[in-house]
Amino acid sequence: MSALGIETAADEQGGPARPRPRRAGVALAGFALPVVLAVLWEIAVRSGFANGRLMPPPSVVGATLWSLAASGELFTHAAATLWRVAAGFALGAAAGTLLGAVTGALPVARGLIDPTLQALRAIPSIAWVPLFILWLGIFEASKVALIAVGVFFPVYLGVAAAIQGIDRKIVEVGRVFRLGRLAMARRVLLPAILPAWITALRSGLGLGFMFVVAAEIMGASEGLGYLLVDGQQLGRPDTIIAAIISFAVLGKLADGLLVALTRPVLAWQDTARDKL
Amino acid sequence: MLSFETLSKTYADGTQALSAVTLDVAQGEILALVGGSGCGKTTLLRLIAGLDRPSAGRILLDGEAIAEPRADVGVIFQEPRLFPWLSVAENVGFGLSHLSAFEREGLVTNALVRVGLGGHDRRWPRELSGGQQQRVAIARALVTRPKLLLMDEPFSALDATTRASLHGHLLALWGESRPTVVMVTHDVEEAVTLADRIVVMQPKPGRVFDAFDNPLARPRDRLSPAFEAAKREILRSLDRSLRDEAPHQQKAAETAGMWW
Ligand SMILES: Nc1ncnc2c1ncn2[C@@H]1O[C@H](COP(=O)(O)OP(=O)(O)OP(=O)(O)O)[C@@H](O)[C@H]1O
Ligand SMILES: [Mg+2]
Repeated sequence: MSALGIETAADEQGGPARPRPRRAGVALAGFALPVVLAVLWEIAVRSGFANGRLMPPPSVVGATLWSLAASGELFTHAAATLWRVAAGFALGAAAGTLLGAVTGALPVARGLIDPTLQALRAIPSIAWVPLFILWLGIFEASKVALIAVGVFFPVYLGVAAAIQGIDRKIVEVGRVFRLGRLAMARRVLLPAILPAWITALRSGLGLGFMFVVAAEIMGASEGLGYLLVDGQQLGRPDTIIAAIISFAVLGKLADGLLVALTRPVLAWQDTARDKL
Repeated sequence: MLSFETLSKTYADGTQALSAVTLDVAQGEILALVGGSGCGKTTLLRLIAGLDRPSAGRILLDGEAIAEPRADVGVIFQEPRLFPWLSVAENVGFGLSHLSAFEREGLVTNALVRVGLGGHDRRWPRELSGGQQQRVAIARALVTRPKLLLMDEPFSALDATTRASLHGHLLALWGESRPTVVMVTHDVEEAVTLADRIVVMQPKPGRVFDAFDNPLARPRDRLSPAFEAAKREILRSLDRSLRDEAPHQQKAAETAGMWW
């Protein structure tokens, strides 16, 4: 009996390893289209079919990226952008988690706070910018505040919904085992909302990157968004595209970092894991 | 001893799930509750577990009124209700957090072997079949050695073989520590196999219709004529409990017949 059990267990563990090569193949297939398009564009520009002034070929963009990186400029800009996103994300995620938990757990708080927050959510966040600049000045504080606002709402909504959606049946098991308030929160409620919370943080992070672009375009002396504006004013599409690529890479890396950090606590999930 | 005194439960929407149930369950007795769907069996179990409050009457366990879940009462629900974020072993050991890791591990391993899941300790609940999950839930409730064990159709999701083997395990465990057991079942054969007494309930409002003392000595032979006879007697009572339930429906049918 137990030998049989061990066998099946080993089988299960060996199971997920098998499709991996195929998954890698799919991931590589995803690169095919952009690579082919890039190569075609490169050929078109080099052979004189297209002029490539407004849409520089990959080699030019690559060279620009390289020179920006070599001069240390790219690093300065990326660091400035990352710092703003990190600060805004930390503030927004903390506030969103806290308020989401409070309104999710306490109906009274939900009745009091949620309508106001829903109304505020209806305001396009960029509309806050003039006010933030008046209140907080044109430097870092107003940018971080804008990003925090962007991060706040998805986190708030996700946490509140997750808490309200906790399965009553599983909470009852906690009651049967006579868990106190604290133990119930730690051993049942927290693990139950963890997946939804992490999903909320990820969409918050995505919005954080969206808003840092807005904040930096509207006035900054450094940052990848500044690089965008600079490229526009100097008529350098290669700089703009280099900045766009940097944004994409940074966003993907930050999301990947969040996923990697939270992977251990979500090991029990199967469906969501495969989607990531 | 467990006793119900004119126990009633009316839900917030006005459903009378239980009405004046009075019953005594002796220490160490296995009591089976059978009855048609919706006659308040789950409601009664939830009241005993302290998960709901009665609307009237009370439940006494060793002279103490039950108002909330108690440490010495184990519950097995109709569904497995495992924590998906805990491994099989961690689920089983959920109620043993006061013990040292070493002690806990020993008890958990032992409990898993007893339900036929030895070697599955480190798997996730999602990797188990429905029946295996229910067996983990059974192990989780039994591992704390409760004085009173409440089971809501614990075996209904299992195949006949597994069910028979778990009946054996349950009786073996019961033989060791003699807990009082109150179990709900739809399966009359299961009731006759396990229970000392079988209570037939009647719906709308839920109440006790009849009670049978099981005359068969353990171990019970399912193929013996006496077993068959006991089974038939309870089936007949069940039948009556359901017919008595709807005399006006019958009348309605008659009038309908006249109209035609
Ligand atoms: N939370 C609730 N709110 C309102 N009514 C309820 C609730 N739970 C159960 N009921 C009603 O109470 C009655 C008894 O329900 P209960 O679940 O105790 O039946 P049961 O005997 O366990 O049935 P089954 O054999 O189908 O599991 C039913 O009419 C049901 O609709
Ligand atoms: Mg039921």
